[in-house]
Amino acid sequence: MRSKALGTLLTTFTWVLVLLFFFPVFWMFLNGFKPESKASTVDPVFFFRPVLDGYRDAMDRGMPTYMRNSFTAAAGATIVVILLAFPGAYALSIRRVKKVESAMFFFISTRFMPAAASVLPLYMILKSVGGLDNIFVLLTIYAGINLPIAIWMMRSFLMEVPFEIIEACRLDGAGLQREMTRIVLPLVLPGLSAAALICFIFAWNEYFLALLLTTSEAKTTPPFLGSFVDGRGQFLAVLSAAATLAALPVIAAGWIAQKQLVRGLSMGAVK
Amino acid sequence: MAPRNPERARAERRQAWGNRSLLLPAIIFSVVLTQIPFLVTIAYSTIKWNLLYPQDRKFTGTDNYVSVFSSGDLWPAIRATVLITGLSVGGALIFGLLFAVLLNRAFRGRAVARTLMITPFLLMPAAAALIWKYSMFDTNIGMINWALRSLGFHEIAWSTDHPLATVVIVLVWQFTPFMMLILLAGLQGQSLDSLEAARIDGANSLQIFRYLTIPHLRVYLEISGLLGTIIILQVFDPVAILTKGTGGTKTLAYLLYERAFIGLNVGEAAAYGVVIVVLTIVVASVTLRTLFGVFMSGGQR
Repeated sequence: MRSKALGTLLTTFTWVLVLLFFFPVFWMFLNGFKPESKASTVDPVFFFRPVLDGYRDAMDRGMPTYMRNSFTAAAGATIVVILLAFPGAYALSIRRVKKVESAMFFFISTRFMPAAASVLPLYMILKSVGGLDNIFVLLTIYAGINLPIAIWMMRSFLMEVPFEIIEACRLDGAGLQREMTRIVLPLVLPGLSAAALICFIFAWNEYFLALLLTTSEAKTTPPFLGSFVDGRGQFLAVLSAAATLAALPVIAAGWIAQKQLVRGLSMGAVK
Repeated sequence: MAPRNPERARAERRQAWGNRSLLLPAIIFSVVLTQIPFLVTIAYSTIKWNLLYPQDRKFTGTDNYVSVFSSGDLWPAIRATVLITGLSVGGALIFGLLFAVLLNRAFRGRAVARTLMITPFLLMPAAAALIWKYSMFDTNIGMINWALRSLGFHEIAWSTDHPLATVVIVLVWQFTPFMMLILLAGLQGQSLDSLEAARIDGANSLQIFRYLTIPHLRVYLEISGLLGTIIILQVFDPVAILTKGTGGTKTLAYLLYERAFIGLNVGEAAAYGVVIVVLTIVVASVTLRTLFGVFMSGGQR
């Protein structure tokens, strides 16, 4: 009897904490549907007639273009990363090249390299060749940043492929290409999607490089949101609407693929 | 095994090259995008070069480094970076562990609670910082101050009076789900048999947690703590949006940004870049060794 009461208490405690923790997101969502005058109030308004003014305003300020740019950069980077990481990780696991350890160390160390270390030359070089404000340039750089994580993750998935399968495949005389694409690829598809998800999230949310390397044509959503910092007057409703729109794709993807998210975030170390 | 005949040796060499060619594109791509720009940064750091005076550009050797070390900006930036990273990772680990333990219990709506919990990590960091800045921390319209007022306390001007706490709170909020997910996976990997055995032997919940769960979680605490450190060391977004580097929150990353893109001093900013990398390598080499050990030894359980 006592333990049941304790259980109810713990459950209540858990829910209170979870809801408090989630509150800022909920509040953002709510504010997006308020008229501007009801969003920026000293005493918060909880009940109101929802309007789409905030969303309309966000659209008028160019949200569709910025989101399209974000999508191009994030999806493009993800594709490039997977195309490079799958064969790369293959050579570090199933078809072992010599010095696997040094190669792995090289890749994880590039992830440690702060963007600060390379952003200046990138900026100056891109400026001199007219490569600033180009979404494909941003896409390429995002691919470079996310490649190490993807290689680590893919390797940990490939290490789990039972060696008997590969052995049998080789005895059948299948070549490297067939072995990779027909036999192993289907087995590591969940891993591939985890790597892709993480890569997409990081690229979609990236602010620093997008702020520096794009200005208008190729501007993505994070620097657009960032520009609200200098805003005047009341803008909480439109800001909340824009932030909700910007966050929605990644939140939806993360909610759907929670299992992949765990493996991905730990770079494949945790199942 | 040494190959015996030349025919076979050639075949093996061919295969070795085939294997290498799988890896080569990835390595070249990484080198071109991360290593070469860094070498150029080193070159820039030896040049006197301010974009405001583009004509006056010449080799100066170590002058930029002298001004980096003598300007008095470096030490506070290191302090800010270490403080923000340490407090945020520590805070997120504590809350992450708390939520992981709470969500490891079976209760009504657990899947929903977990889904809500991971959302702050998925939210775009720039959006998270802005939402906190205006709808949570703001002196007039922020919910935290509304709550404080309602409870009869004084309002707090978060980003002006407590800039460091402001940045840390947002980072802890964003990274708690990250820690929680990894620790939760760790908890769920704990064998139920040993827990059952301990209970039969008369151990209470607290003892079980202290002597069985925590040691079991060690590797997960390491992984989540170290990965969190790598990401937060380079953090820029909340600093740029919440405080603009004021009040002891000017991290190394923000300092470089300010020198290069507001001060337009390419040479000096490049010197900061080199110093940042050297410092990061010092911190990272410890981190990296541990992390590497965890990963190469499998780390999967």
